[in-house]
Amino acid sequence: MKKRASILASLAVLGSLTTASTAALAEGEVNIYSYRQPYLVEPLLEAFTEETGIEANVVFAKNGLAERLQREGRNSPADIVLTVDIARLNELVEKDVTAPITTPILTQDIPENLRHPEGLWYGLTTRARLIFTSKDRVKEGEITTYEELADDKWNGRICTRSGKHPYNIALIGSMIAHHGEAETEKWLQGVKGNLARKPQGGDRDQIKAISEGVCDIAIGNSYYYGKMLDDKAEHAAAESVNLVFPNAEGRGTHINISGMALTKSAPNRDNAVKLMEFLTTEKAQHIYAEVNFEYPANPEVAPSKVVAGWGELNPDPLPLHDIAENREAAVKMVDRVNFDN
Amino acid sequence: MNHPAQTANPVSAPQPMRSGTSRRWILASLVTTLLVALPVFSVLYLAAFPEDNIWPHLLNTTLPIYLSNTFKLMIGVSVMTLVIGISTAWVVTMCEFPGRRFFEWAQLLPFAVPAYVIAYVYTDLLDYAGPVQIMLRDVFGWQSAADYWFPSIRSLPGAVIMIGLVLYPYIYLLARAAFLEQSPSLFAVSRSLGQSAISTFFRVVLPIARPAIAVGLSLVLMETLNDFGTVDFFAVNTLTAGLFDTWMNLGNIGGAAQIATVMLTFVLILVTLERYSRRRQQQFAARDLRDPIHRFKLSPALQTLCILTCVLPFILGFVIPAAMLTHYAISYFSESWTTEFVRNALNSLFLSGTAAFTTLLIGLLLAYSRRLHDTPGIRFLMRLSSLGYAMPGAVLAVGVIIPLAGFDNWLDLKMERWFGWNSGLLLSGTAFAIIFAYTVRFLAVSAGSIESALQKVTPSMDMASRSLGHPPGKTLIHVHFPMLRGTLLTAALVVFVDCMKELPATLILRPFNFETLATQVYQYASDEMLRQSALPALIIVLAGIIPIILMSRSISQSRAFH
Repeated sequence: MKKRASILASLAVLGSLTTASTAALAEGEVNIYSYRQPYLVEPLLEAFTEETGIEANVVFAKNGLAERLQREGRNSPADIVLTVDIARLNELVEKDVTAPITTPILTQDIPENLRHPEGLWYGLTTRARLIFTSKDRVKEGEITTYEELADDKWNGRICTRSGKHPYNIALIGSMIAHHGEAETEKWLQGVKGNLARKPQGGDRDQIKAISEGVCDIAIGNSYYYGKMLDDKAEHAAAESVNLVFPNAEGRGTHINISGMALTKSAPNRDNAVKLMEFLTTEKAQHIYAEVNFEYPANPEVAPSKVVAGWGELNPDPLPLHDIAENREAAVKMVDRVNFDN
Repeated sequence: MNHPAQTANPVSAPQPMRSGTSRRWILASLVTTLLVALPVFSVLYLAAFPEDNIWPHLLNTTLPIYLSNTFKLMIGVSVMTLVIGISTAWVVTMCEFPGRRFFEWAQLLPFAVPAYVIAYVYTDLLDYAGPVQIMLRDVFGWQSAADYWFPSIRSLPGAVIMIGLVLYPYIYLLARAAFLEQSPSLFAVSRSLGQSAISTFFRVVLPIARPAIAVGLSLVLMETLNDFGTVDFFAVNTLTAGLFDTWMNLGNIGGAAQIATVMLTFVLILVTLERYSRRRQQQFAARDLRDPIHRFKLSPALQTLCILTCVLPFILGFVIPAAMLTHYAISYFSESWTTEFVRNALNSLFLSGTAAFTTLLIGLLLAYSRRLHDTPGIRFLMRLSSLGYAMPGAVLAVGVIIPLAGFDNWLDLKMERWFGWNSGLLLSGTAFAIIFAYTVRFLAVSAGSIESALQKVTPSMDMASRSLGHPPGKTLIHVHFPMLRGTLLTAALVVFVDCMKELPATLILRPFNFETLATQVYQYASDEMLRQSALPALIIVLAGIIPIILMSRSISQSRAFH
């Protein structure tokens, strides 16, 4: 009996201790649920706090935050969700946890194709899905489109991460939008047949595999290449590949976005809007470009010199919403062609 | 006659005294179990309302692969952990060889290494750009990966070895505790009846230790089943891969919950089968602490074998990962050092310590209630309360949010209606939510080991105490508690270290700006940069070592030695 009472008592004490900290969330703050790593968003939030005096609080996780937001409902402390991948943003809309917001600054800074028509989400950066080729074993101009990845001549020469990764799902989704399901499935089957090894690792691992001679071409996001150049252990691997902006001459290169959304319940709505506006303006967009090698969504801000040196990005103008719509079809297609096994 | 410990004439557990005291114990355990089972119920609830029926698609495509990979992984990890865990526990307990005292606790150290960390370290070591292959290329003059064959660490066997290396201490710990509790006279009797040492080991020692080993194995299997980090890293598509795919890519959390439920059912069947297979056994070791273990004096050759048995898993599971982490931590020190370490470490210690304590109390409550009142109902409650362990942490976290946020919002609404005041979120998004999740998740560890230890205490002890007029609580404190000390410490140690390593639930449930060592490791590791997080990873390992040493010493001291 005593034991049980003491359990309850200690739980109660704990509860009251921990709730004190939540209750302290008052004015002068903005709360963020982030699917992006803290080290990526910290420089931006520090700059924001410096400029406005508003403290930014973050919870970072790779999954489950949308469910948390949904279940916390109208009492959720979160003001803003930061995430990557258009499908994730779309999911927040479908879960009905985001609130529409339009301000002159937001609509001026972010082009129409990179934001939700009613302001339910805004893109902050774009990233291109590139093809990396071995400097030694692949001639320049030998591959210029995603479609050619299915070409027989690449048999046993392609590396990629899991077909189920959101970045590949989005790429397949864009292929479906352009070519329809049947043709895309044939294409994906072809790519699968050309793989040098079972899909594994992240985008950086594919570039490393080229430098190791495991494969000759790889699919990967643009900024990973920049980060590898910056890393002493990975620099040499990055130096061994060329970059190809696929379909640059035609419909344009597939891009995905990182973005933000205002929550329905936002207790610090004014501060949240201030932060959203801050993130789209030049100062923050510049940080995104320089620190993370991403393409700023704000057309007034140029990409970093390093990124600009890789070549001109001609983005595929396909509405991002169409890509998100094809997510389920793409996921099931990856299973059907048994891409990952 | 396979089981000498089997009583010829099964003594039933202590007769339940239908006194008020006993009923209060039952009631307390009933309420506690229901609270602990809430997250599991929430997941079952989600499973009942999927957004879409995933099964036709899964059955037609990837399910056979998921199932066969899961099955192979579980078999592989079982064999590996059983062989290493039992052999090391046996030689350390029963044989005399140089370094034995060191290995007694050193065998536990791999447990402090998170599986995702060891997987990363070995990949770095063994992949193409790693030192091993560089050396091979230098020696043989190979130019590129096309020139030679090297086993890929990113494979199912690789995953088995990685997971096995960090989970065998579960078996070691429980097997060793069981061996320590065995009366040496049993062994002597068997030998005097003409059985060889080896046959005595398999026919007497192992069967007696079986309940404890089974508990250890079920923990290993549950942890293997819900692992996501390692299998994802190694591109081994198991059921968890399918679960996260359904959740994250198809946006179907109900479908994901259904896969989690299938996994739960799988574990339940395994555990039930194991119990059923020894349903007629009942073991009460009249443990006499004054009866010391006489360790075997072995020939130098056999002593070397003992040393090798102990040193290999220790080096592979601990020395190499720790050395590599130290190496990274030094070369990436400037990138990874932050002043928040101390705060993060304190957060980890606070959460893990509190959770270890609560799981211990609740485990004791449940196991003892079962002893007082061994009915199918209580047994069912015990099973129910341990299901959280068989679920991937991220799914369990959602299961935790549902009741907590539900309660918070309900209370908030009532408060608003009655007092015009909003209480807001009281539990969701607090350290309480994390501790609750840890408790739900790791209760299986403490309840399981306490239960198996209690089963071995002969009921005559209870009867003696109770007939002297002591109520159940007093009997527990004065009779069982001292006897269970080693087991309790073991359970607390395991839960503590498990909590230090726990990642997915912590990530999802934590308050704003709240970091533990594990979440700090993850922020880089999740972006393919584990070297930058080697320092906090190393600290998780080191923080796990101290309690391991302390508790291992107390476990040894719980038995008189020669």
